Amino acid sequence: MRPDLEYTDIAALHGPLIVVRRTSGVGWDEFARIRSATGEERHGLVLEVHEDIALVQVLEGTAAMTTGGTRVTFTGGPLRIPVGDGWLGRVCDGRGEPRDGGPPVFGTTTAAVSGSPLNPTRRLPPADPVLTGVSAIDALTTLVRGQKIAIFSSAGLPHLELAAQIGAQANAGGEPFSVVFAAMGLTHADAATVRDALEERSAAGELALLLNLADDPVIERVLTPRLALTIAEHLAFTGGRHVLVVMADMLGYCEALREVSVARGEIPARRAYPGYLYSDLASLYERCGRVRGMPGSVTVVPVLTMPARDMTHPVPDLTGYITEGQIVLSPDVPVRPPVDALSSLSRMMRAGVTPAHLDLAAQCLAALARARQARELAELVGETALGDTDRRHLDFERAFLDHVVAQRADECRTLAETVDRVWRALAVLPRRELTMIAGDVLDARHREAV
Amino acid sequence: MGTLTRVNGPLVEVAGLPGLAMFELVGLGPVRLPGEVVEIRGDRATVQAYEYTGGLRAGDPATAYGRPLSAGLGPHLLGGVFDGLLRPLSGADVWLTGARTPSGGREWRFTPLVTAGDPVDLETPLGEVETAGAPSYLVLAPAAGRVGAIRPAGPVGPGEPVGRVGGRDVTLLRRWPVRRPMPYRERLEEVVPLTTGQRVVDLLLPVSRGGTVAVPGGFGTGKTVLLQQIAKWCDADVVVYVGCGERGNEMAEVVAALAELADPRTGGRLADRTVVIANTSNMPMMAREASIYTGVTVAEHFRSMGHDAVVIADSTSRWAEARREFASRSGAMPAEEGYPADLASALAAFYERAGRVTTLGGRTGSVTVIGAVSPPGGDMTEPVTAHTQRFVRCLWTLDRDLAYARHYPAVSWSASFARDAEAIAGWHAREGRPGWGERRARVASLLAEADRLALLAELVGAAALPARERVALLAGRLLREGVLQQSALSPADAFCDAERTIALTDAVLGVIGRCEELAARGVPAGRIEQSDFSPVLRAKDDAPDPETVRARAEGVPGAP
Repeated sequence: MRPDLEYTDIAALHGPLIVVRRTSGVGWDEFARIRSATGEERHGLVLEVHEDIALVQVLEGTAAMTTGGTRVTFTGGPLRIPVGDGWLGRVCDGRGEPRDGGPPVFGTTTAAVSGSPLNPTRRLPPADPVLTGVSAIDALTTLVRGQKIAIFSSAGLPHLELAAQIGAQANAGGEPFSVVFAAMGLTHADAATVRDALEERSAAGELALLLNLADDPVIERVLTPRLALTIAEHLAFTGGRHVLVVMADMLGYCEALREVSVARGEIPARRAYPGYLYSDLASLYERCGRVRGMPGSVTVVPVLTMPARDMTHPVPDLTGYITEGQIVLSPDVPVRPPVDALSSLSRMMRAGVTPAHLDLAAQCLAALARARQARELAELVGETALGDTDRRHLDFERAFLDHVVAQRADECRTLAETVDRVWRALAVLPRRELTMIAGDVLDARHREAV
Repeated sequence: MGTLTRVNGPLVEVAGLPGLAMFELVGLGPVRLPGEVVEIRGDRATVQAYEYTGGLRAGDPATAYGRPLSAGLGPHLLGGVFDGLLRPLSGADVWLTGARTPSGGREWRFTPLVTAGDPVDLETPLGEVETAGAPSYLVLAPAAGRVGAIRPAGPVGPGEPVGRVGGRDVTLLRRWPVRRPMPYRERLEEVVPLTTGQRVVDLLLPVSRGGTVAVPGGFGTGKTVLLQQIAKWCDADVVVYVGCGERGNEMAEVVAALAELADPRTGGRLADRTVVIANTSNMPMMAREASIYTGVTVAEHFRSMGHDAVVIADSTSRWAEARREFASRSGAMPAEEGYPADLASALAAFYERAGRVTTLGGRTGSVTVIGAVSPPGGDMTEPVTAHTQRFVRCLWTLDRDLAYARHYPAVSWSASFARDAEAIAGWHAREGRPGWGERRARVASLLAEADRLALLAELVGAAALPARERVALLAGRLLREGVLQQSALSPADAFCDAERTIALTDAVLGVIGRCEELAARGVPAGRIEQSDFSPVLRAKDDAPDPETVRARAEGVPGAP
């Protein structure tokens, strides 16, 4: 009945928005189908209903639409998508339509893309690691199942390669594992890199890939991460898998949000982003977690480029307030991947590693901090004027970059190998400097290089 | 029954409900999502909805409840976890939706303290309820009058009256409109400190019972860990922890930790003196706005029983942002950075609900408010941070440089203030701890001197400084590492009482004094610096009592 009703009284077209008059019974956040005069189908979400007027944001934009001849139908409720294993091995666009030439994705059941907040008393604190096979991350900023941790990068750095490498290699130590990768505003070249890196995972039926490319409809990006998380929640909490959700690039998502906000004439907050950016980002990032009495976990890794490397920009700033840590890439790090260990942090790491590993990581960070001080001093007075301990710390920094951080994009290291490499780097430091590691551990592992 | 005319996210407009009052509770749509009237124009009222409004339509029904948004207060609060409207989360569904099934409630053991026929005043205790926690739970007379009936000692079921006063039944559940401060007889002038167990706070930036604190800090500065430490260890009777728009995993952690930790004062669980209000950042936004008021209402409820309650709100910035979003949707003229013009007055009014008072029933109780502030981009000049500082007695600014140097708690001693410090020094003197103010002044001046010299040393190199100044730099380091740093993970040091704080501080000050003497006698600064200070620096983690601490300091620095 009602879902078949077509409304044709279009009062205005404005940016990505369309105003439909003389509607009845349209609900807020309802999903809409829009057929333009030329017969092309587009999709929309209801942003506001006011008596008989509905304001709809058009995911594909309003280009070439006319007030006459446009027909809008409403689906009777907020958007739901099919969920289930059918997404695995598939490549779809930002709205979930197949991009791989396959049939539409079907599922045994559907779920609302906006999700429902997880009752905080039913959350299990994150625990146990998601191993990425990337030494810089597994050694010092371990991902923990149920955690959200962001990758902060800037233009020109290989954050997508790193994100794809994590997506390709991540595992939960033999337990069922899947990856949902949501790409927002990626160039065709970047998307190809991601697809190549993730090919094996896709072939193994462990990957759902949602691609919204740079020349795809911008407003569609508002939906893409929500689809990804909805798919992931079902794979995890019903399917019993540990699911890693990678969302890149969040800046593209936030820009789409800003575009809608500006078109609506909302009062802007920082840098013209809407005042609800924090809540909106939280509604995505907070969908990570583990649930008491349910199997699986959802771990979320948003990737974002900081405009002009500015960490106080609203997108990285608000992301930092919500996520439980960050992995920072810096052009100042001379190896690939350029992970800046001192700026990176995993707040949940304690729950994912052994106490001995935690001590080892703390020791590395302390030594790297000391090395950074020594390097600043050396720039003033010259390296030859440094004391022996300071010089050994500089040696450690080099060894750490070479043995631990530097890693090929197709190289997957076991945790044991990563730890071995950390000890090899620590060999350049004298035992008296390793005050954070227990004596018996030092006896067993520390071989001071002469 | 009225109808909805407009739905714009949490902003809903209703028509056809004549006689609506401001802040009246309204049920929206067929499942009656809760909302609160915030504006009335003619026959239209604007309602802020406390749940996700997806699917609500123009034309859907609206119901007026005839009462303001109010919280249900009772003995079930202690040890529980609630949402921003104080609905229990413990028994609620895994995935929260707008509709909640009310829980049946449980039986409580009631002991009467009056007998039928007694005349009682307003807030005279009628009886006591046994709870798992230490704080005694009193049922207070809602009005003066004569006790018509009182229940004998024994179990009381949910909703059953425990007595009758002045012709009105009294039950264990009391409703209070959260935006209205609970009345008290008078504010007390006397200043009594709240011991938080965190040295940098208790020593340098103490807070009084009934005081107000703002804790601004950018992300990664350890704000939540510091607040959680205070929630666990401060010597209040009741702690209300409001997670306002923050991380769900952290809420899960704090709830799990409170359930496991023993209360050092009573031996019970810390959870049993704690009320957790969890409105994580993905839960409906406008409930965040209410949760701050709900939290302080719960604290006032326990204050009326004569308890010292502490409200910890993490973070007030999310509350302010919720107000901003709503103001923006309702088309209000924006003031600073889009916040509504009443931001400053709303902040002031909220913090004024703190206070140490004589209650209407003549007991002494307090509500202390500790509010986290999350400045965007670490900008301390942004409106919420700037205005909050005007209205609080205490400011604990968290410093990013300290946090990067892994100095926790990263409370800046130079950018913070404590306006009750002198009065608290006077209280310590009366309690037999003279010299408290002098000790604080000495530590503060040593830290300030070390900071000044550190800037100088960055320019000219520490080696170029005279011995006296190099010892002053050393003094700063010893105070930072031996006294101010405190690990939340250290079993011996997570909580530090007043005596141990004094012992640690005096031990380090003694070492500093001896270093100064050595420098004055002409011992080269390099040799003083090379002494082994680790016994006294490690004392905070491995010397459990004041005697051991004092023993550690002896002979440091060693004879050069």
